[in-house]
Formats: sequence, C-alpha cells, structure tokens
Amino acid sequence: MADIARSFNDLNFLDHLSTGNSFLHRLDPRVKLLTVMGFIFAVVSFPRYEISSLLPFFFFPAVMIPLANIPVRYLMRKYLFLLPFAVLIGIFNPIFDREPFAFIGPLAVSGGMISFLSILIRFTLTILAAFILVAVTGFNGICLALKRFKVPEVFCVQLMMLYRYIFVLSSEAVKMARARELRSFGRKGQGIKPYVSLIGHLLLRTWDRARRVHTAMLSRGFHGKFYMRRPLALKASDVIFCLAWLFLFIVFRLYDIPAVIGEILTGAVA
Amino acid sequence: MSHHIVELKNLTYVYPDGTTGICDASVRITHGESVAIIGPNGAGKSTLLLHLNGFLWPSSGSVRIGDAPLTKETIRDVRRTVGMVFQDPDDQLFMPTIHDDVAFGPYNLGLPNEEVEERVNSALSRMGIMHLKDKPPYRLSAGEKRRAAIATVLSMMPDILVMDEPSTGLDPFGRRQLIGILKEFTHTKIIATHDLDLVADLCERAIIIHDGRIKADGPTADIFRDEALLHECGLEKPFSMQSCPICSPVPKP
Repeated sequence: MADIARSFNDLNFLDHLSTGNSFLHRLDPRVKLLTVMGFIFAVVSFPRYEISSLLPFFFFPAVMIPLANIPVRYLMRKYLFLLPFAVLIGIFNPIFDREPFAFIGPLAVSGGMISFLSILIRFTLTILAAFILVAVTGFNGICLALKRFKVPEVFCVQLMMLYRYIFVLSSEAVKMARARELRSFGRKGQGIKPYVSLIGHLLLRTWDRARRVHTAMLSRGFHGKFYMRRPLALKASDVIFCLAWLFLFIVFRLYDIPAVIGEILTGAVA
Repeated sequence: MSHHIVELKNLTYVYPDGTTGICDASVRITHGESVAIIGPNGAGKSTLLLHLNGFLWPSSGSVRIGDAPLTKETIRDVRRTVGMVFQDPDDQLFMPTIHDDVAFGPYNLGLPNEEVEERVNSALSRMGIMHLKDKPPYRLSAGEKRRAAIATVLSMMPDILVMDEPSTGLDPFGRRQLIGILKEFTHTKIIATHDLDLVADLCERAIIIHDGRIKADGPTADIFRDEALLHECGLEKPFSMQSCPICSPVPKP
C-alpha cells in the first residue's frame, strides 16, 4: 500500500518538476528530445568492453541536473528502484565470460566483469538522461515532439492518454489498497488473495472508463483525429543548445577522453 | 424556433441481458425549456439521456431531435446540436490541458484556428476558469473539473444542453456557483439529477422516472407538492420546501 501511494506521489512529483520555468524548461521540446536521443545513441553504441570512454558522458547529467533543479535524492531513489533490472541483465556476464581481460596487479579481471560494469554505467547514464528529459519537458511535451517528428499519431495519442489516465487509475488503486489495509488491522489480511480481485476490479473499471471516455469523445464529434495547435518555433538558443551537446557527444564518442588526458599527462612527465 | 425540439415517442430500451431500462417513455421538450429528469438511483435517468445522443438506440419507439429523427445519417448533426456533460468529469477531460480539451469539439467541427481560439476563450471565461487554461486536468479540484467539463461542451455552442448529475461531488459553494452559471444559459436544458433543490432552483418542469417508466411530467412546483408521488418514487421534498425542523418541529405521531 505504502508502495503504491509512494510511486503515485513520485509520479506526481516528476510531473510537478516539468512545470518549472528554468532555461531548460523553456527550450523547444524537440531539441531536448533530439539531444537526449543523441546522448543515448552515443552511449549505447560503444563496444561491450568499454568503460573509460563512457565516463566523460557523465558530464551531461552533471550539468543538466543542477540546471534543471532536480533534487538528487529523488533521482537517486528512482535510480535505485530501477537498478535491479540492469543488474539482472548483466549478472550472468561474469559467470559465462571468464577470460582474463586485464590485470590489476596480480588480480585478473575477467571480460565478464568488465562488460557487467559497462552495462551498469550505460544503464546509469541512459536512465539519468531519460529522467532529465521528462523532468524538463513533461510527458506531453515529449509526445508533442514525437508527433512533430512524424511518429504515427496513434502512438503519440496512446502515450498521451496513458499519461492522462495513469493519474486517475493510480488514485483509484491507492484508494482500493487503503480500503483493504484499513480492514486488515495491521496484519497481513488475507495475504495475496485480496490483491487478485483488486487488480481484477481495476481492469474492469478501466474497461468501463475507456467506454465512457470514448462516448465523451464521440459526443464532441470525434472522428479519428486529434488536433492540437501548439505553435512551436525554434529559437537560436534552441539550436545552439542542441548542436553544442551533439558536438560534444560526437567528440566523446570518437576520442577516448580519459586516455587522451592520460597521454598528455604522462607525455608531459616523460 | 421549432428545430430545438426533443421528442421521444414510446421509447423502450431493453438491455442486451434482457432487463428493461426504459419502458414506453414519451416526452416532448420544446425550445428554451429547462427540464429536470429526476428519480432515485438506477431509475433509468442516464439510460434515457444516452438516447438523446445516439449512444443507445431504442429497442422500439423513436427519438427526434429538431426536425429530423435520430438515425445513423443524422447522428453527426445531432451530436453537434446536443451537448452532453457526463457524470464523471474525468471521462470528459482526456486531453493534456484544459485548453486542448475545450478546443477538441470545435476542431472536430472543422472550424479554423482563430474561431476555435475565440470559442475556447469565451467558453472558459463564461465558466470563470480562464486561469486554468494551460493546466492539466489531473491538477484540478472537483469543482474546477466540473466547470471545465461544461466548458468543453459550451465551446461547441450546442442548442440543447444535457447534463447528468451536474452537482455530484461539489461542495455547497461550488454547487451554488454552478446553479448561478446554469441559470444564465438560455439553451434548452435537460438535467438528470436527484439533487431536488437544484431542480427547484433551475427547472420549471420536472419529469419523474421510476423503474424505467415516466411517473409524472409537469411543473416542478406541482410535482414537489405531491408528497405521495414523491414517496412512491423513493424521493423526498427538496429541503428548501420542507419546514425547518428547529423552528417548527413536526409533532411525532
């Protein structure tokens, strides 16, 4: 119960963040989407044993998070919540890939360890980028940008409706879970059983609501098309923001920055 | 103006599972009338309303809106003429912002952008919620949602306004405000509710539905005075017509 209510609050909070008015919030949603997509593409395109050249990419969240006023504690909580998924993806790498890849003194580090670490770093980077994007653009802004990028309307509208009704649905779920908890008097109640029917009820309610929403749409002349007029105009700052980041990502991608710095330093010493 | 007439003739509706929703209902509502459809829970009020917009088709009998009978061919015009405000505003507000929601209908009517903007602004200011224009629906209070839901229908400039339980979920102040706003409309109004005080304030005519049948149809004041009828249909006199229990207590029998 506490978990459902908490995730609901977190979602609310993320939505609240997106209504801010910082420089980043005012940027055109399209350039933000493009920048983050460029970032994610650059991060995932590295070969599997790469670690050091991924590190410079932390520059992006390090700059964006303070600029967007996203509380780090909140971000960390969401990050830790998702971390197990990434661990699950990479956990078998060290077991199957035992070939020594590098030596730290007498200690052999297997290729699997390296690729596991690489997965975790990539996961961290992409999750942070996605959170930053939603926090400074808002979900609907992203849908709008997708629509402008000629993503089929059906998908954009689906996403938009999903976001609109996730608030209604989750508050219903919170209420139902609370009703269950209040009548189980701090004990376990009847275990998992009430949840089964709780989820079933939610599904049925969703079904009913979908029908009513559709009725409401039809009664206002809906015939398959969503109109949304949002005059989006690219400003010079939008273009500069996007190009500067993309340029940086390309540099990070092409050059192993830590190695280059190391070479310069050691070269200077020698 | 004859074309804002709503006419139901011997309308009967049987649900797919065999239960009768509406039984042999005949009603004629003329232009500019303000009519309440009252009845206890489950009497068939909402079912009746859904016929006015072609969401349910009568099992027998007919519906006429304006000059034409309601058929698959006329349904688009009928839906433009009849603006329907549903019971749960969350069903009616499905777009990302209130502005988009209010603009949804006018855009579907194929109006040009400037005209749409004009209608959105006029509907919002009529409902007194101009300041909510760019807010997402889930950030609104129940009263604000209700007003936004009505604005989404007003922007289509319907000739007939149909409302299902408009006062549920509103606090006394919000309810009072809503009544004030609704009083200003000169459209034909059809309001299904069991808030009888709202009816006493707004509607000069009332139709009582009980178990899917029309039990009474006449001037609101007459119907509310007929205590036997109200009792039979599971209703009570509106509070405003009951004597004050403190000032003049009814002697216990």
